[in-house]
Amino acid sequence: MKKMTYAEAIRDGMRVEMQRDANVYIAGEDVGKFGGCFGVTAGLFDEFPGRVLDTPISETAIVGHAVGAAAAGLRPVVEIMFIDFMGVCMDELFNQAAKMRYMFGGKAKVPMVVRTPCGGGMTASAQHSQCIEAWFTHIPGIKTIMPSTPADAKGLMAAAIRDDNPVMYIEHKQLLAMSGEVPEGEYVIPLGKADIKRAGSDVTIVAWSWMVHKALAAAEQLAKEGISAEVVDLRTLVPLDKECILQSVAKTNRLVVVNEAVRTSGFAGEIAAIVVEEGFDLLDAPIVRVTALDIPVPFNAKLEAVYLPNETKIIAAVKSLF
Amino acid sequence: MGDVTKEQLLDFYKTMLTIRKFEDKAAELFAAGRLPGFVHLYSGEEAVATGVCASLTNKDYITSTHRGHGHLIAKGGQVDKMMAELFAKVTGYCKGRGGSMHIADVDLGILGANGIVGAGQPIAVGAAFANQYLKNDAVSVCFFGDAASNRGTFHEALNLASVWKLPVIFVCENNRFGISMNQKDHMNIVDVSQRAISYGIPGVTIDGNDVAAVYETAKDAISRARKGEGPSLIECKTWRHYGHFQGDAGLYKDAQEQEEWLKKDPILKLEEKLKVLKFAKDTELKEIQQQIQGQIDAAVEFAENSPEPSPEDVLADVYAP
Ligand SMILES: Cc1ncc(C[n+]2csc(CCOP(=O)(O)OP(=O)(O)O)c2C)c(N)n1
Repeated sequence: MKKMTYAEAIRDGMRVEMQRDANVYIAGEDVGKFGGCFGVTAGLFDEFPGRVLDTPISETAIVGHAVGAAAAGLRPVVEIMFIDFMGVCMDELFNQAAKMRYMFGGKAKVPMVVRTPCGGGMTASAQHSQCIEAWFTHIPGIKTIMPSTPADAKGLMAAAIRDDNPVMYIEHKQLLAMSGEVPEGEYVIPLGKADIKRAGSDVTIVAWSWMVHKALAAAEQLAKEGISAEVVDLRTLVPLDKECILQSVAKTNRLVVVNEAVRTSGFAGEIAAIVVEEGFDLLDAPIVRVTALDIPVPFNAKLEAVYLPNETKIIAAVKSLF
Repeated sequence: MGDVTKEQLLDFYKTMLTIRKFEDKAAELFAAGRLPGFVHLYSGEEAVATGVCASLTNKDYITSTHRGHGHLIAKGGQVDKMMAELFAKVTGYCKGRGGSMHIADVDLGILGANGIVGAGQPIAVGAAFANQYLKNDAVSVCFFGDAASNRGTFHEALNLASVWKLPVIFVCENNRFGISMNQKDHMNIVDVSQRAISYGIPGVTIDGNDVAAVYETAKDAISRARKGEGPSLIECKTWRHYGHFQGDAGLYKDAQEQEEWLKKDPILKLEEKLKVLKFAKDTELKEIQQQIQGQIDAAVEFAENSPEPSPEDVLADVYAP
């Protein structure tokens, strides 16, 4: 074990895979000598000559070329500087990468990772703060990962690179500097395994990415008030660990889903639908979603705080179930 | 036409005729209501795919378009598996999951026809990057239409290919139309090849109905790419004989022009040339025609007698294991 930040853990995950497999390479804007806009690829340019490539500001070509390179035998790991920029390269992801294998009758594989940071709370306003993971979970053929801790960030990066499918690896800007213990060397967390970050018996709080930490803080507070909350960190949205969610709800009979994304058509709704369909009899209370408001992310910090989910909102949601 | 041999010209003839007869058959089947989906015919543009792919091997990649049958045949695709795919049968290239607009065979270096105009451009660049990275001497060729050169993908792909000096050849099939839009209404230049200037790569315009010219030009560009000298853009002026897709009568085309272009039919031109050079007599050409017609008829029979995909398999292959 070694203490690392989340950003260092992502880098370590990429480094170990690049050492293992010469066909893994990195491409993106300013990812080379500069080390990436958030410093995630720092040092890799020198460590892996010819394998960390700066690109022009061409998101379409970044993701599009990765599709071709992956189909032709490489394992690209490309960076899109902010998830908010995915709008300019969606066709490459959702009509090309995601559909090639199925459309081609199972004969192609597209092992590529798109790394990109999401999330608010940084007064970065409407075009640099969003959580749009539901765009990707809505596309069969893509896997979507959103780690919440440094150790998960590393283990899931390894799994993402080794996976033979297109993977959206969504980092959270708020977490990049967070540190934690991370296993050294090869460390792989299988995709599709949720993690119970805190055990509890009265209510299940499902969350992912930054919101796991908000849920944990809320659970801490709730414990003081005599409510035992279980925090389930999904880690990967597709594939989804339904079993883990349903087992937890079977134990607690109550469910709150926390999602930093805007409310309408968000992934929290998907979790709620699954639990209603497959675990209705387990529930003693309605399912409650805690999400962002249905507005563009406001710039002003006070307004942004109103927009975002937080501990107080989670605590209130939990209490409403009793 | 330099060093194009008799054997090569006869090979070109067979490939071009295979494409033409495949398309004629597809048109007939579609009109009779026997083919599902959309069908975009390559008739009239056969010299482009044929002349370009003549210098490629299975290690080289191509990306194709919605009008892809010609590219696939020229790159080595089998007409029976293609026809079966048009019929949505399980024996088709994509097991009936893709159809005319998505035929692919990665083993043959065919990274797919594509239903999204311009989408092949960055994909071809990526395959070229893989070739460069793996130092395997292979190249990729990206086919696209005149109208596709208006997409942002075109700009990003050509710029990146140039900056990274990738072994990729962009082949613009300028048939003058994007569906109904005449080139003069969709861009303010006459030669798409001019666009190469802004990427600092070579760009040429040639007669896309002259298979020998296409062959010679593409051969040079491909060998440049193989030698690590970077990408190039070749614009082939050509004409599609039919409408945009089957069912489009092409009324936006000028009748006179259509007639003139039909006289410049690349297959007629090649037949003339073969006869003038005394490389083939009428009877020999007839024989080739019959033989190819036989292959196409057999492909249809194969397709029609093939089973449909089974509904139990509908979930297979969304993800690789
Ligand atoms: C991104 C996108 N926009 C529009 C279409 C609809 N469409 C299909 S083919 C076509 C015309 C393409 O013209 P061109 O690229 O010149 O190729 P051609 O059909 O002439 O071979 C259009 C507009 C599409 N499939 N994809």
